[in-house]
Amino acid sequence: MTELRPLVIEREIPHPPEKIWRALTQPHLIEEWLMTNDFKPDVGHSFNLRTNPKPDVNIVIDCKVLAVEPHKTLSYTWAAMGLVTIVTWTLTPTSKGTHLRMEQAGFGPGQGQAYAGAKYGWQKFLDNLERILVRPD
Amino acid sequence: MPDVYDVLFRTLADPTRRALFERLCREGEQTVAALTAQAGVSQPAVSKHLGVLKQAGLVRDRHEGRQTHYSAQLGALGPLIDWTSQMAGFWEKRFDHLEELLKRMDQ
Repeated sequence: MTELRPLVIEREIPHPPEKIWRALTQPHLIEEWLMTNDFKPDVGHSFNLRTNPKPDVNIVIDCKVLAVEPHKTLSYTWAAMGLVTIVTWTLTPTSKGTHLRMEQAGFGPGQGQAYAGAKYGWQKFLDNLERILVRPD
Repeated sequence: MPDVYDVLFRTLADPTRRALFERLCREGEQTVAALTAQAGVSQPAVSKHLGVLKQAGLVRDRHEGRQTHYSAQLGALGPLIDWTSQMAGFWEKRFDHLEELLKRMDQ
């Protein structure tokens, strides 16, 4: 039986939460590891993440800030091509730095909305994603 | 492969159909009559939705006497799992970039 679970990526990072928080919340830093953006750490703020991995590929992700707890939690919606998910970052201080956890949830039959109108979006998103993943960088 | 996604999402995009599928996932095998009782639509409508779900491979039917029992086929959701693993690859790479950035921020 196949089970759908949220996607979780976790890492131990040898840097303090305060510093990672800056990388997660300051637009010019977010751009360096994720995508160009107009992020603001304000609940309710809508922003876009954009990337042009290739001249003919333009990816725009619509986001809205859901939760901000400085140095601890950051959560935003992540809507791309008709699929809506929620990305949640959790920072936990450890003796060597920070335990950083990213959860992306919302892709499952129980998430209703996420599927509506996703017909074209999914394929396109997957195609685009594949191109990002194979891009040499 | 794209056809698989197409069928899957077109099938699950309908709220009534999705509700039927979710119920079969949660509660196991059900008769059309039992599904109709809670679906809020007529039995012919329920049967039609079940037919679409069946074509997409999301449910299987079993005849017993005059009753037809339906059960969810979660294996049909496989392509979503593929998407999840692709997305995992995407995020692993972003984490790598994030760690590189954090190192640069030290300097």
